Amino acid sequence: MYKDQPVTDKLVEEHGISPEEHVNIKKMLGNREMNFTELGLFSVMWSEHCSYKNSKPLLKTLPNTGDNILVGAGEENAGVIDIGDGWAISFKIESHNHPSAIEPFQGAATGVGGIIRDIFTMGAKPIAVMDSLRFGDPSKPRTKWLANGVVAGIAHYGNCIGLPTIAGETFFDSSYETNPLVNAFCLGILRHEHLAKGAATGVGNPVFYVGAATGRDGIHGATFASEDLDDSSEERRSAVQVGDPFMEKLLMEACLELLKTGAVVGIQDMGAAGLACSCSETASRGNAGTDVDLSLVPQREEGMIPYEILCSESQERMLVIVKKGREKEVNDIFEKWDLHAVQIGTVIDGEKMIVRNNGEIVADVKAKDLTDNVPEYTRKVIEADYFSKLKEQNDKDIEKALAKNNLDHNNSLSKLLSSPNIASKHEIYEQYDHMVKTNSTVLPGSDAAVLLVKEADKILAMTTDCNGRYCYGDPFTGAKIAVSEAARNLTCSGATPIAVTNCLNFGNPYNSDVYWQFNLAIKGMSEACIKFDTPVTGGNVSFYNQNPDGAVFPTPVIGMVGLIEKKEHITSQFFKEAGDMIVLLGPVGEELGASEYMNVIEGVSIGTPPACDLEMEYNIQSFCRESIKSGFVSSAHDISEGGLAVSLAECCFSSLGHLGAAIELPYEIVNNTSALFGETQSRIILSIKKDKIKDFMNFSANYRVPFCEIGKVTEEKDLIISAKGKKLIERSINDLFDSWMIGVL
Amino acid sequence: MKFGVVVFPGSNCNEDCYWALKNDIGVDVRYIWHKSTEIDDLDAIVLPGGFSYGDYLRVGSIARFSPVMNSVIDFAKKGKLVIGICNGFQILLEAGLLPGAMLKNKHLSFICKYVSLKVENSSTPFTIETKDHNTLNIPIAHGEGNYYIDNNGLDELKKNNQIVFKYSNKDGKTDDNTNPNGSVENIAGICNKEKNVLGMMPHPERCCNANLGSVDGQSIFLSMKNFIKQN
Repeated sequence: MYKDQPVTDKLVEEHGISPEEHVNIKKMLGNREMNFTELGLFSVMWSEHCSYKNSKPLLKTLPNTGDNILVGAGEENAGVIDIGDGWAISFKIESHNHPSAIEPFQGAATGVGGIIRDIFTMGAKPIAVMDSLRFGDPSKPRTKWLANGVVAGIAHYGNCIGLPTIAGETFFDSSYETNPLVNAFCLGILRHEHLAKGAATGVGNPVFYVGAATGRDGIHGATFASEDLDDSSEERRSAVQVGDPFMEKLLMEACLELLKTGAVVGIQDMGAAGLACSCSETASRGNAGTDVDLSLVPQREEGMIPYEILCSESQERMLVIVKKGREKEVNDIFEKWDLHAVQIGTVIDGEKMIVRNNGEIVADVKAKDLTDNVPEYTRKVIEADYFSKLKEQNDKDIEKALAKNNLDHNNSLSKLLSSPNIASKHEIYEQYDHMVKTNSTVLPGSDAAVLLVKEADKILAMTTDCNGRYCYGDPFTGAKIAVSEAARNLTCSGATPIAVTNCLNFGNPYNSDVYWQFNLAIKGMSEACIKFDTPVTGGNVSFYNQNPDGAVFPTPVIGMVGLIEKKEHITSQFFKEAGDMIVLLGPVGEELGASEYMNVIEGVSIGTPPACDLEMEYNIQSFCRESIKSGFVSSAHDISEGGLAVSLAECCFSSLGHLGAAIELPYEIVNNTSALFGETQSRIILSIKKDKIKDFMNFSANYRVPFCEIGKVTEEKDLIISAKGKKLIERSINDLFDSWMIGVL
Repeated sequence: MKFGVVVFPGSNCNEDCYWALKNDIGVDVRYIWHKSTEIDDLDAIVLPGGFSYGDYLRVGSIARFSPVMNSVIDFAKKGKLVIGICNGFQILLEAGLLPGAMLKNKHLSFICKYVSLKVENSSTPFTIETKDHNTLNIPIAHGEGNYYIDNNGLDELKKNNQIVFKYSNKDGKTDDNTNPNGSVENIAGICNKEKNVLGMMPHPERCCNANLGSVDGQSIFLSMKNFIKQN
């Protein structure tokens, strides 16, 4: 419980506001000190989480325009993309890392709830969820507790609200030990005419509070997310919100019903910073003011003071600005769904956000001072010391690994398949309802999920991707690879990538190494997004993923969505028929740095990632897509963690029945280990329908991309990989499958 | 012929059932809001899956008191067809239209995947069109699908041929390895003595279209359609 109190310099500092910022705020207020309520407002709205003060200047450098963009990055709660025939999609990814670190179940659950609200706020009907997760060493009990809690929390919220959690990724490394990353993605679909915006306009229009009642949970969640985690973080458990997916389901249905009436002027969810954020952001976007009385807000606890009501992050609440005279429609719809809908104020002339309690003014600030006028910081970028040392060490580590003789590659392959970052994640995705809404066409486990959206007659593919190990070794290249691999995953499923959302998980931005990582990652992401013509439509920055032991691997997670033209183009990674020709598309390469082989077999968890040639990547993907569209391709799978051998094994594991592969590598090999397990980029394994091989060969003559035939799909359920007549791998698929199915939780 | 799909607060398979019935099965269908009691125009009722009332208190226990449920009970007493899928099955148990109860899955986790289903009784109004199927390939998605009934109740179910579906392997063999949730004797679906009320945990509406990987769910809805046509 908070008590109203005089504002002192010490109290201001405890609220995370720097002395310089304090001076600035006093000036904005016409040379007066904030009262306690206003301190609450500035504290949450000027926090990194809400203001992006350390990232905004760099985020502006990301490509964010395109002909198909209806709502761009930063304009609203989520971006909106035209997908043709009057349909649009809205999607976004967001982090809930800090809450999940101390209360994994509710932390993850409310992360899902928050991102779903961001999507239906745009007038879009949510149809799919993805999750991108990072945990520490899975053999540690705390990691197990965190991972099981997070997965159960996501399942709880997504299943209950009735959205399929259709894809995602889970990556383990000790850098995430006490600071797991929990990023949730949601995608919704809408007709262009139903697009809703979060602006308060029209003086005299009523401001409604709808949804659940306000309690003391989650007070200062946004501020909490803007500091490092340490031993005292446990005490911030009260900053973690508690989710009620049933309530959100009702709220979602009611809001979508209300938006269709045309009575709504503006709508905004109350996520981070609750009422403080929704009142100020809607006013700011509408170039207007708001005047609300907190005593009218439905409350589920007694004696809450204005500071608490404004900063509460109680879940499942929305702010709705309605056309004057149409209040009854709001009340009728919310009554039908048994939900609160209370007018708490009006839109006013001017630019003030006036907050009252029983009529008495308790806060009087300019809305834009809480939103647009927050200072932005740019600092000098200094290359991290570790960077050049790591490159040297990487060369030595690899030299040592490759010098080993008489290696048992079969054993290495089995070990890799059963290692946490490669092994099947069925234990996770089977806890998620991934089929509800009956659009799921390619289920979790392939390169990308594919939804055949019945009501719009559109086919969407989606994926999330990022290798934090690569990004630590080289943030620029790592970020380029994250975008390239996401695009490659979509390409392999038959889709053309259309847009990106990002979730940038980094350490403390005041740490010069972290700031350098962030800068380079943005640059790499920017280059790659331009190359693939996939603008960034929004997302989220999560700094302070850091504990006393250090920062997490820089982890700029990419959520990418693509469109598939025709049903016939939908492709999965699994081999389909014995006799099909197996083709390795892309360059021949043996880069072993930062690979899972080095991590699992050699115990070296950091290294320099493989190179990323965007031109090559783009050409390879175009060729792959054209081959799919021309009907030659039975299956397509990208080569990523674990290299060629692991990818080939994964192609053989099909729910429709396993197949085998007989491979003879036709090109010059430097070292067997790196040829099998190196993670050189821009590579795809295709299987070509046996009756189309000739056509494919003729077709490919028109393209200048490297590829070679490497073998055949076989009825015999064995994976055999040979080079120069010598068998490097010979293992039964059933054995490999058992290794892969070992389980990671 | 018209089907009705009940919508409780928290239902989330209502749209899927509606779509499958309308587009894949080709019957007229409308929604029934849970506060409504007018259902005389209907020939069959679907209680869809989801989390009615958030599964609070106990699965299905609050939905059972929705105004529509008295009408559904009367409807069933007249011999008309009622199918409860997943949460709908749980509601039918709570409403006393079917015997037994649901426990949490034996592994305590929610589970979503395709399973094989052996049809134990192919002469009910819900299974007459399943005769060509050795087993049905059909998804499950539930956290509390561990069907329980005491021994007397189980004897009664067997005596009256009320066990309609069991979890099995692809060849129809049923044992502990093919039991995904710990249900008594692998039971996945049962009907009442009169055979006009069916409860099942798997989701037939999720496998009525080839785009979704299986069309085996059609046989259940087609059975209902043809039964209604013939009677």
